Amino acid sequence: MTTQMFGAPIRRKEDPRLVTGGGRYLDDLGHDALAAAFVRSPHAHARIVDIDASEAIEVEGVVGIYVHEDLPGRVGEPLPLLIPHPTLTHGRTGYALAKDEVNHVGEPIVMVVATDRYVAEDACQRIRVTYDQLPVVVGIEAARSGELLVHDDVPDNVAAHMLQEVGDVDAAMAAAPHTLTLDLDIERSACMPMEGKGVYARWDRDRGELRMYSSTQTSTGVRAAVAAKLDLPLAKVECIAPDVGGGFGVKIVHPWPEEVLVPWAAILLGRPVKWAEDRREHFISAAHERGQLQRVTVGFDDEGHLLALDVKLWHDNGAYTPYGIIVPIITSTQLLGPYKPGTYRCEFWSLYTNTVLVTPYRGAGRPQGCFAMERTMDAIADELGLDRAEVRSRNFILPTEMPWDHGLLFQDGRPLKYDSGDFPASLAKLKDLVGWDDFADYRREAEAEGRKVGLGIGCYVEGTGVGPYEGGHIQIETSGRVNVSTGLTSQGQGHETVFAQIVAQELGVRMEDVYVTTGDTRKMAYAVGTFASRAAVMSGSAIALAARNVRAKALRIAADALEVSPEDLEIVEGTVRVKGAPATSMSLGTVSVLSNPLRYAFDEAAKAATQFAGTFDPDKPPVADDEEPGLEGKDFYSPTQATFANGMHAAIVETDPVTAEIKILRYCVIHDCGTMINPMIVEGQVHGGVAQGVGGALYERMAYDESGQLLNASFMDFLMPYASEVPTIEADHLETPSPLNPLGIKGAGEAGCIPVSAVIASAIEDAEGFPITRMPISPYDLWELRRRHADGEIPSLHRTTRTTHPSSKEPTA
Amino acid sequence: MKPAPFEHHAPLTVEQAVSVLTEVGHDGKVLAGGQSLIPILNMRLASPAHLVDINRVAGLDTVEVTPEAVRVGALVRHAGLERSAEAYAALPLLRQALVNVAHPAIRNRGTTVGSIAHADAAGEMPAILALTDGVVEVAGPSGSREIAWSDFFLGALETSLAAEELAVAVRFGRFPAGTGTAFTEAARRHGDYAMAGVGVALTVADGVVSGARASFVSVTDVPSVLDLGPALDGVEPGSGAWDAALDTAAEAVRGHVDPEGDIHASADYRRMLVTELTRRVLPQAADRARRPPPNAAFGSESAVRPLSSRPNAAFGEERGGR
Amino acid sequence: MTDLGSDVAGITERLHDVTVSVNGVRRSAAVPARRLLSDFLRHDLELTGTHVGCEHGVCGACTVLVDGQPMRSCLMFAVTAQDHAITTVEGLCSAPDARVAPTGESMNPVQQAFAECHGLQCGFCTPGFLTTVTAYLEENPSPTSEQAREAISGNLCRCTGYQNIVKSVLRAAEIKVERAEEQA
Repeated sequence: MTTQMFGAPIRRKEDPRLVTGGGRYLDDLGHDALAAAFVRSPHAHARIVDIDASEAIEVEGVVGIYVHEDLPGRVGEPLPLLIPHPTLTHGRTGYALAKDEVNHVGEPIVMVVATDRYVAEDACQRIRVTYDQLPVVVGIEAARSGELLVHDDVPDNVAAHMLQEVGDVDAAMAAAPHTLTLDLDIERSACMPMEGKGVYARWDRDRGELRMYSSTQTSTGVRAAVAAKLDLPLAKVECIAPDVGGGFGVKIVHPWPEEVLVPWAAILLGRPVKWAEDRREHFISAAHERGQLQRVTVGFDDEGHLLALDVKLWHDNGAYTPYGIIVPIITSTQLLGPYKPGTYRCEFWSLYTNTVLVTPYRGAGRPQGCFAMERTMDAIADELGLDRAEVRSRNFILPTEMPWDHGLLFQDGRPLKYDSGDFPASLAKLKDLVGWDDFADYRREAEAEGRKVGLGIGCYVEGTGVGPYEGGHIQIETSGRVNVSTGLTSQGQGHETVFAQIVAQELGVRMEDVYVTTGDTRKMAYAVGTFASRAAVMSGSAIALAARNVRAKALRIAADALEVSPEDLEIVEGTVRVKGAPATSMSLGTVSVLSNPLRYAFDEAAKAATQFAGTFDPDKPPVADDEEPGLEGKDFYSPTQATFANGMHAAIVETDPVTAEIKILRYCVIHDCGTMINPMIVEGQVHGGVAQGVGGALYERMAYDESGQLLNASFMDFLMPYASEVPTIEADHLETPSPLNPLGIKGAGEAGCIPVSAVIASAIEDAEGFPITRMPISPYDLWELRRRHADGEIPSLHRTTRTTHPSSKEPTA
Repeated sequence: MKPAPFEHHAPLTVEQAVSVLTEVGHDGKVLAGGQSLIPILNMRLASPAHLVDINRVAGLDTVEVTPEAVRVGALVRHAGLERSAEAYAALPLLRQALVNVAHPAIRNRGTTVGSIAHADAAGEMPAILALTDGVVEVAGPSGSREIAWSDFFLGALETSLAAEELAVAVRFGRFPAGTGTAFTEAARRHGDYAMAGVGVALTVADGVVSGARASFVSVTDVPSVLDLGPALDGVEPGSGAWDAALDTAAEAVRGHVDPEGDIHASADYRRMLVTELTRRVLPQAADRARRPPPNAAFGSESAVRPLSSRPNAAFGEERGGR
Repeated sequence: MTDLGSDVAGITERLHDVTVSVNGVRRSAAVPARRLLSDFLRHDLELTGTHVGCEHGVCGACTVLVDGQPMRSCLMFAVTAQDHAITTVEGLCSAPDARVAPTGESMNPVQQAFAECHGLQCGFCTPGFLTTVTAYLEENPSPTSEQAREAISGNLCRCTGYQNIVKSVLRAAEIKVERAEEQA
């Protein structure tokens, strides 16, 4: 029998290539291309008065210099608003090159094309732009006050205002025995893939065809956008995502200005043009996320059961809203996590500021929502003197209550309905892994040594695998090579491997015979993209369905040739054979030959196939009416709703009693993404997500000053964690299959980072004895909080004064 | 992020280097390791018209140990000095500090003399030059001169080195027998510029402290040395009076430093931090003062985070899922 | 604004003939003095395995071995590398202890270990880790897990969370021993 491929920790097919320098990322292509560079606004808000490029023209090697007025037709129109929403009443997008006004530092104003990037930057440096500076709006408080406006025609800086309510929150709140209000703050961070964005375009003048490469999470999206912008037939535009050096969300936005401008210039100049974003550009002209102020009011009973949850949040969407309200709408729906809120109301305002625009970053609003819900759970436990895990447990949606409909509309406009999950089992596993019940003893020992330690917990539910669809196409060549393609792209998730595993399993072929192509519009024209932890669920399911079609066709053809019934056949390691009589067999390559009536004897498989030529029926056409030539198949997967993965994390932290330095001693994860295709890859996704979460919890923030300058736009000052800052992650899994798709799988890509800020805040709070309400937190921040706590500005947790609690002896800072 | 054009000069001798520097004056910059300079050039925060690349100049790549000093040539990479067994035996403080300079790949290229000439208040080695009462050896159009550390550093990124002069070496002074040294710093991430750092040298004679001094990273605008003798002299490390003496020393540090705040930490936090770091690092120096000279094997110092407490093994990294 | 054509007058930058030994092969190109070693390798010699992640020396993706020592190729000029020996990720494949894998690629122990231990995801930062770890294990053939973590602490990775990279370093040390024994 074929070795079990699905579910096994198979080594990745892409790695031998990637570890030997064989990767081909955007800037590894097009050595003959001209280079583009941009003059970007140094001001956060200004009118452009004049652009003088006369000195730049002198620079040898400059081929073209372009400003907004040079852009024809739709190239010069505002960039598209990708995801409109009825509540997005004041959506605004920028231009490919700024027209009259700039709204954040980094907005592109002039494009220079030159023989190489050095020369292009020389020219940029010599271009003089005169600005008339305008008042700047930075930060949610400034945006919310509405005193100064980012866009003159957007009152109060409100892009969108949305309210969803389930049940009568006001009545339930009024009747609740206890209520609490928490004000919570999460700061800005960013995806920050190691490879920036990039675009490379070639124009074939003879054929009138554009070939472009983009470091994107959606090549089909880029293709359609560029065809529309440049007024080209879709059939004359190809877009390929080569190897992509990480995405994490920022590369799903499309088209970026450069994705329009670079192909436009390539056509105009009749020469290949490339732009590879540098790190500074990535900081100031890509996208950020996470910045949100949140106010939670919660009503609960004496046992800690939620009765009413009333959430208001203010979302900083930056200067423009190309991606609509996806981030705050996800926060507002996914905030609920594994809990039943009793009644729920969430109201949000999405606000403009003169900062880099905001689009989804791994987790996409969920880390903020999880932070709100989990801080609330800890607060309830503290208020009532209950164990924090117990309070969570009392509010869980139980497995017997699945599917659970929250009565809300999710990001995809469909009902927020959980398909499966076993939250009590996950919590039990987590408590066991971290040693939850032994922690009080550990804390006592630590305190005796003068150490401050704390235990934190966070739970989340993540809607993954959102639609509308993905497709899979499989073709078996006469050599037996299995070509698989799907349209969405890859940025390190191991798609070549996991999709090959699915095909190997479904078809009965060897892994090494399967070749997967992603993100190439020549191979699969219909696709959505890689985001929302959807690739495995969507493309994996589509490929499984396509493989089943191909398998059925192969069995049909082979059964005919071998004169047996298809039910008597099996496919093992690429050979179709009769069950129990394996000598009666033919290779899939031979089946492929048989599938095509045109059979030149080019190769051994074709020669071998002649023996199965069969009887010739002059009344039938060579290709039957209900058949197609070739051993191939295609299918699409389009689910009615998202599938909901979940997880629970716990951490033990230690804080230095004097310097307030924060160290994560242990980090434990229980993760449930349904059936796992490749546990090694799932675990890798969890590790990476947690590391990114640790960055968001302890290190990374976008430090804007009042004038809208980003003060830390470099890797020196934007503190992405090195290995020295990331703890060893102890992970365990639960596999609660999804009933929604043929493989029982759920998405895993984003999960790891979702609860980390909540978990670390919970642990630091537990160590310190006063509430932590703002993340990320640095040693300096914690030190300041201790000072304010000592001065009486911040109250202690109740547990520090409750005599029965084992940690009541804890010294104050 | 590409540097602006410049004229590249590749002198082969100190004389040629000085001659080119004299010719290009303030339009020129010396390129040795380039680990501080090239990022600035790449970001076009500076665009000198001339770079005088001294990497091919002969005779600048040696470490020499004399009874008085460790002399380090201008082309000695941080890693070369860090690995030098002779330098470590003579002055362990060098390696103690060097392991905190950025990351190994940077230390493989960056030079110790270059980082001193760069005179960044956040640099470790300027502080070490000060602590060791070192000098900078300079070649100029009118011959050589030596500049004592106290005359060398004028301000942030500013030294008394003239545009036509080349720093050809530095000499770190050695300490008397019975001296222990230690260095520690706290950075947001391992290898980052420190929020605060401190190096100390403490001499013990007849069981009691007979001299102690400290210098600082990131909390003074130019390197400076604080004499901790008034706080510690005559006290026996570990004795009943030791803790109080350490407190006095820490308080002296608090009064001495003058940090500035930035996005990573406020001035007050840095002042607290350097005070605490001094308190923690002095006992380490005292221990070493009373121990035999160190084993010179490479790797016998490693940068440790200054967290006071250690995780309990039962809950620590050992239980990690490896 | 108009297209300017490429024939406009301006300052001409002097070109320097730079010759370096790259992966054991003498390679030459005429480049301006400001050409970064990273760009020289990638664009002049078309050895694109070395990646550029920040161009200010922090991320380590561009790390190559210069005379056997890991250095940031974005913080060196090609002219300064004149006459030096450079090893890039492509060159690791021809190390004496490299072996041809069933998939056809020749891999040194570190490359092999990263592939075995899922030490990479998007693969962009990986070449910098591979060169760094290769040099590290030459000096420290049997690191502890803590030392392995410290050894990779000058390189940024946004995908893996580093845990499997630490594992890869330890596994590479084992493979080196296995291959040395096999040769003995």
